[in-house]
Amino acid sequence: MAKNLFQKVWDNHLVGQLDSGQYQLFIGLHLIHEVTSPQAFGMLRDKGLRVAYPNRTFATVDHIIPTDDQTRPLADDMAEKMIQVLSDATAEHGIEFFAPESGSQGIVHVVGPELGLTQPGLTICCGDSHTSTHGAFGCISLGIGTSQVRDVLASQTLAMDPLKVRRIRVEGELGPGVTAKDVILYIIRILGVNGGVGFAYEYAGSVIEAMSMEERMTVCNMSIEGGARCGYINPDATTYEFLQDKERIPEGAEFDALVDKWQSCASDADATYDDEVEIQASDIEPTVTWGITPAQAISITEVTPDPQAVEGLDRSLITDALEYMQLPPNTPIKGTGIDVAFIGSCTNGRLSDFQAVAKFLAGKKVASNVKAIAVPGSEKVDVAARALGLDKIFEAAGFQWRKPGCSMCLAMNPDKLVGDEVCASSSNRNFIGRQGSPTGRTILMSPLMVAAAAIEGEVADARVVFGLE
Amino acid sequence: MKISKINGKGVYVPGNDIDTDRIIPARFLKCVTFDELGPSLFYDVRFDAEGNSKNHVLDQPQHKGAKVLISDVNFGCGSSREHAPQALQKFGISAVIAESFAEIFHGNCTTLGIPCVVMRQEDRQKLVESIELDAEADLIIDLESLKVICANNSYDISMKDSAREALLAATYDPLDTLLSEKERIDATARRLGYL
Ligand code: SF4
Repeated sequence: MAKNLFQKVWDNHLVGQLDSGQYQLFIGLHLIHEVTSPQAFGMLRDKGLRVAYPNRTFATVDHIIPTDDQTRPLADDMAEKMIQVLSDATAEHGIEFFAPESGSQGIVHVVGPELGLTQPGLTICCGDSHTSTHGAFGCISLGIGTSQVRDVLASQTLAMDPLKVRRIRVEGELGPGVTAKDVILYIIRILGVNGGVGFAYEYAGSVIEAMSMEERMTVCNMSIEGGARCGYINPDATTYEFLQDKERIPEGAEFDALVDKWQSCASDADATYDDEVEIQASDIEPTVTWGITPAQAISITEVTPDPQAVEGLDRSLITDALEYMQLPPNTPIKGTGIDVAFIGSCTNGRLSDFQAVAKFLAGKKVASNVKAIAVPGSEKVDVAARALGLDKIFEAAGFQWRKPGCSMCLAMNPDKLVGDEVCASSSNRNFIGRQGSPTGRTILMSPLMVAAAAIEGEVADARVVFGLE
Repeated sequence: MKISKINGKGVYVPGNDIDTDRIIPARFLKCVTFDELGPSLFYDVRFDAEGNSKNHVLDQPQHKGAKVLISDVNFGCGSSREHAPQALQKFGISAVIAESFAEIFHGNCTTLGIPCVVMRQEDRQKLVESIELDAEADLIIDLESLKVICANNSYDISMKDSAREALLAATYDPLDTLLSEKERIDATARRLGYL
């Protein structure tokens, strides 16, 4: 019977069905970081258990690491302790740890793919919602809670309910200045933050097929913001080419054999889906959020919604969001003043994100009232960007070029908004307080749009600022 | 331990799309155990920048010691962090009633033995009104009969089947069951070339 990728990878990794009705799934790759995993080692200790497959788990630090001064011990005692606990636990259990300054440290969802640990056909888990990123390679990649991190450490398996699969086809061609970030923000806007509950999203269609791996990761990264449990893209020549020269990928005949195996995981042409959605690329414009969920998004040419135009729950949601954002209804989002510009995160902190922006920064300057920071997603991204001189281009334009980490995506390190500052951000969440100040305001957008906003000092149309039309 | 009945005071924390960052702001995730999370629950809505109480419902004397938190649509959306249900549990909350729940949050709660119970809007409104009249009223969630009883009223509830069964059968923490399949796990690993 024809199967889609989700069904194939699921069936492959199925250990059996549990009495509870859930299924037991073998986990091919387990990634851990300092925020959600040290507690799991404590739980193991309490139960007298060891890690079952230490060579299938890899650790890094990302959330709490400062991006200005990473000298150890870190200035923040608690942050230092979290790294130390993770470092000790991984050493005790024989787990490889990509420590700061190891050359491989970075945001967990940047590190896995760039080392070639993330491969098609795998089941991947991490105690982090944006694990969906890895689905770009054709995997079932699931964000899990700490108790489940414990389960995976102890048994290398997970108790799971099966998911339905929705194929989202994006057809046509994206206009100039319209990026992968705009595609996923548009999808979430159309399907809603709950639209994906109970689903895995399969992204397909000519637009997705034409994307680079890094663009595909941007799309899959935000699956979770649309409520989907995971998102994936079928592996193809682009995937294999990306993986070919990665550190943890074998060479020669062994690689060729892997490619055959990977290819066999792709959805069959006549596979069926629980739901299908088609989106026209021509409908997608540079997109920005106006509210406090990623679905509260509009194109740069639109106006903020009018709560009076809708009824009931929608009205109160819009009213609350506009009030928090201090935005008037029915007003162009373009021109909204910003205080901070952030390019980075596991959504848009890869080499191509900085390359795409650097192309247009020559001769431009960040507005004097804007604090702009560019934060590479990993040490490898940092090294590669520096080798291309990107750090200098960003600095010449008035950005600070930082050391790798999650930085301003969330407030667990010194990079934070102050008061009700507005941040044009290439990250993935605009929840209340997400960027560190309980009244801080986040406007999500693509790196290109962040750069345009940084230069203009207000939300701007990158197509106009960079002459892309 | 089988979980079939929750018995205690209810408290209503209104709002749709209450996300995990609001339940436990990210700066409190700096911890290596979950033990100290309770007091930081909903911190930014409960306290001002100087740490003074804003007299949030959770801090009002009549609601002290509440065990059942009642909220609205899509409770627990956002991050997969278990810190959110852990903070609720450490604060003393044993069950949540809402219109709907975010999926990962729901799963995390179930693993910790916190039932996530769905109640229709009209019923929740009635329930909340009765709590406002008498904050001390005993609220009973009965997972066997799928009813909530409070102040002589009975309300229908629903729950995800697998979660309800796991709570009733005391299998909501799956680790022991998972470990008991050691041979099949290793066989799967061998078949997939992981060994
Ligand atoms: S960059 Fe942001 S979303 Fe990604 S792992 Fe770090 S904190 Fe999470």
